[in-house]
Amino acid sequence: MGNYIPSTEDERAEMLKAIGISSTDELYSAVPSQMKVKKLNIPSGMAELTVDQKVRAMAAKNKVFGTIFRGAGAYNHYIPSIVKEVTGKEEFLTAYTPYQAEISQGILQNIFEYQTMICELTGMDVSNASVYDGASAAAEGVAMCVDRKRKKALVSAASNPMVIQTIKTYCFGSGTEVVLVPAKDGKTDMEALSGMIDQNTACVYLHQPSYFGQIEDCSQAAEIAHNAGAKLIMGVNPIAAIALKSARECGADVAVGEGQPLGMPLSFGGPYLGFMATTHDMMRKLPGRIVGETKDVDGKRAFVLTLQAREQHIRREKASSNICSNQALCAMTAAVYLTTMGTEGMEKVAELCYSKARYAAKEISAVKGFELVYTGDFFNEFVTKTPCGSEKLLAKLEENDILGGYPVEGGILWCVTEMNSKEQIDKLTALLKEVASCN
Amino acid sequence: MQLSFEKSRAGRGCSMMPACDVPVSEVPASLRRVTAARFPQMAEVDISRHYTELMKRTHGVNDGFYPLGSCTMKYNPKLNDEMAVLPGFTGIHPLQPEHTVQGCLEVLATLESYLDEITGMKAMTFQPAAGAHGEFTGLLLIKAYHESRGDVKRDKIIVPDTAHGTNPASSTMAGFKVISIPSNEDGCVDLDKLRSVVGEDTAGLMLTNPNTVGIFDKNILEITKIVHEAGGLNYYDGANLNAIMGIVRPGDMGFDVIHLNLHKTFSTPHGGGGPGSGAVGCKEDLAKFLPLYQAVKDGEGYAFRNAERSIGSVKEFYGNFGIVVRALCYCMVLGAEGIPETSTNAVLNANYLRVLLQDTYKIAFNNICMHEFVITMEDMKKEIGVSALDIAKALLDYGVHPPTIYFPLLVEEAMMYEPTETESKDTLDHVAEILKEIYAKAEADPASMHNCPLTTPVRRLDEVGAARNPVLKFAF
Amino acid sequence: MTAVSEAAVIKKIHEEAIMNVKENLKYSKSHEWVEEIDATTVKIGLSDFAQHELGDLVFVNLPEVGDTVTAGETFADVESVKAVSDVFSPVTGTVSAINEELLDNPAAINEDPYGAWFVEVKEVSDKEELLDSAAYSKLCEEA
Repeated sequence: MGNYIPSTEDERAEMLKAIGISSTDELYSAVPSQMKVKKLNIPSGMAELTVDQKVRAMAAKNKVFGTIFRGAGAYNHYIPSIVKEVTGKEEFLTAYTPYQAEISQGILQNIFEYQTMICELTGMDVSNASVYDGASAAAEGVAMCVDRKRKKALVSAASNPMVIQTIKTYCFGSGTEVVLVPAKDGKTDMEALSGMIDQNTACVYLHQPSYFGQIEDCSQAAEIAHNAGAKLIMGVNPIAAIALKSARECGADVAVGEGQPLGMPLSFGGPYLGFMATTHDMMRKLPGRIVGETKDVDGKRAFVLTLQAREQHIRREKASSNICSNQALCAMTAAVYLTTMGTEGMEKVAELCYSKARYAAKEISAVKGFELVYTGDFFNEFVTKTPCGSEKLLAKLEENDILGGYPVEGGILWCVTEMNSKEQIDKLTALLKEVASCN
Repeated sequence: MQLSFEKSRAGRGCSMMPACDVPVSEVPASLRRVTAARFPQMAEVDISRHYTELMKRTHGVNDGFYPLGSCTMKYNPKLNDEMAVLPGFTGIHPLQPEHTVQGCLEVLATLESYLDEITGMKAMTFQPAAGAHGEFTGLLLIKAYHESRGDVKRDKIIVPDTAHGTNPASSTMAGFKVISIPSNEDGCVDLDKLRSVVGEDTAGLMLTNPNTVGIFDKNILEITKIVHEAGGLNYYDGANLNAIMGIVRPGDMGFDVIHLNLHKTFSTPHGGGGPGSGAVGCKEDLAKFLPLYQAVKDGEGYAFRNAERSIGSVKEFYGNFGIVVRALCYCMVLGAEGIPETSTNAVLNANYLRVLLQDTYKIAFNNICMHEFVITMEDMKKEIGVSALDIAKALLDYGVHPPTIYFPLLVEEAMMYEPTETESKDTLDHVAEILKEIYAKAEADPASMHNCPLTTPVRRLDEVGAARNPVLKFAF
Repeated sequence: MTAVSEAAVIKKIHEEAIMNVKENLKYSKSHEWVEEIDATTVKIGLSDFAQHELGDLVFVNLPEVGDTVTAGETFADVESVKAVSDVFSPVTGTVSAINEELLDNPAAINEDPYGAWFVEVKEVSDKEELLDSAAYSKLCEEA
């Protein structure tokens, strides 16, 4: 069947002759015969038409919700058409890592522009070329801060559980102690943090906004961390980062986050985008690829992968991180998205998310049984109670092609973005009123 | 070429967002950002042209021969890209209830069944986002395994000196110490050296077979046995799987845990450096430690299941799902016959290119090779000062992407060529001619080689300056 | 190659091999120089031969003041664009000062290797076998 191999039977015969063997079996004479596979127990190859039909049938078994009010780590934002067009260009899609800079200026310049944008988003001095996602970025952030004397990471329990889990798994590898700072009112308990932090603490991690949507006082967290000689790693939602105090303004040492809201579809969880940025002082502790500006022999401005001596291919077992591949195409996606939206467009998205969330929270919490669980300021996610458990409610919403909020401790975590029109919010509220009677 | 920031003009922009249809709320001043974030302000036509300009300065597999050793730059089928962006996949929130994502779970479980069979493994996770990520995950499985048996003194991972840098780096990240063993003259594992370093502190061995000089180590069963007898486990770096898939399985070579690079062997596109996917497979003993959220068959449908003693997660959610879709399409198209045909032709192509070049260039191990071979420029460097770097840069003037250079470290002035199976005989003949021409030029005028490339948009770069005085973002 | 051009190439290689070796310093076999300031205090740097072998240096990772260094073990590393090289301590002692200028200007190691000291070490309790300048010159020529 299909195998994408251009050579013909005749050409293969010619090649065998040139090599000096009579059959392709001789190519594998070093493989012990008892190990050779007789036949793979997988289906026979299929024509493209058949595969197309079968895979479409798989996709059709999924339910694509018309209205989405769920976030909790993956967000439904508008993706401009030009973003899809640009990131679908074959050269961008099929190019390798830009190690040969002379023919890779397109990729390298794009990453340089991306790095600039992440620095703008976070207010930091230096960004890398991306890592796998927000959770692994947080874990790599912890690794940046740990040293011989400080081996403990304090992680806010108000963070996304998957991020906490990932940090723990990474620290199982590194032997770093992870201690959870309790949550209070849907945010990091700053009093508890003050009590827990000590001279062995390398860093504090929390996310802005918290997993429960609440706006944290990150400046206070920074102060507590710095007073104990520790660093602050601030996870940021990139849309919220447009409106709220930047990581730099809060005094964070490392800013990390999940870049999926910047032009990547939900796509069942990936590929997404981890961004990492830091201060000038900590520049050389950043893992992953970094692009820098330089000149060529003719004096022309050019871009190149730089500070490579941090990385695994040079430092090997002494590298601080093993990361090799990044999420280059996703970083490009974020760059195109941010360029298309522009300064004003981004401010508009943030305003729409913030305003619509406020409207939705007001309307929903006015329905009996759906009071807000946390009363602090929030960006675009908030938790409400449910009058009679979340299952029935969510099933009802599903019947109406709505993906409701995510069940969390104490209630449901609702998310509202620019994709949710007033009509959608009003319809949701009406349905909630129906469910509220608990029939 | 200008940066997007340099093309930006205040007042330009696109109109992507509608007016707010609910009362506008403003973030209170006490919470609000003081210094605004600045992004380029461009009209859509200028954005389109900007990225077209960047595209013209990018070299993809669609542009030509891309013989990067160890990277398997094979053709990326377009069917895969179309399937990966079906709305039925892109529109799915990862936290939707299981009964609404049966198609996604089927994709994961189906690809797992293909890859388990191809590799001889019992279970697989698609959570790791890249090969190195997979290595880290696989090593954590080994760590969890030994700890679960109370065998806590096993803190060493053995890695050959020919290994890719990620191997020792991943070992360090997983909390192990690295024991590097030197290779034989033929680039294979020195059995005596291996025997001398294994012991009660051996957690495992990390190996790729064929190795990074393109040779299949015929002692592989003995190697994995030595490690098992010492109480360690064997980790297979799947970067070179394109040489042997469907011919021999890592599971049958004695490996307990493996990672695959879907963006190498399984044709998913490299994207300029990512996203990839580093699927990790393992044998029965390690399956209970796999990362959370495995997709498994559950009656008539599919469900998520968590391994009973899972190491947790190495990232959010379930992996680079869009990449998994592409790899599944590829496996379905190739099937039982196409998989071994692919490897066989990859090896055939590599050997053909090797014999075309062997009378001109010095092949480091000039025997039947696997999917890649290494040329050494050591003699030319010593005699007339022309290095592997010079040859690589000269290729750029012909529009050909250079091979991997200066890896593996075992070979001086190394150039590693991996044509893959998706190159035609015509291409190989053509590239061999070019390489012979370059060699002749180098002999005739060695000094001129240091000036290559001459015809690319930019020429040799000041990498020292870039590292000494890093400029890592645009200065407004 | 013709006889004339071959000779020219060999002469060039030989000239490049004659490195600068400073007389009043001691040297380790791994190409570090040691300046004995007093009986228990030394300064350490990299020789001209070393910097030439390493090529253009772009960064130095130094220990902190107060750190212990051990004879024969690495105490710092230097980065070029494509490589990292360990720097070995010829003595055992405590780091009393580091040359912070090197952090901003690693090129100084290439330009002025004997002026670009890495660390000052006090309380020196153990020394490796060190070569005087003549013995070290000989070692470099044989290399």
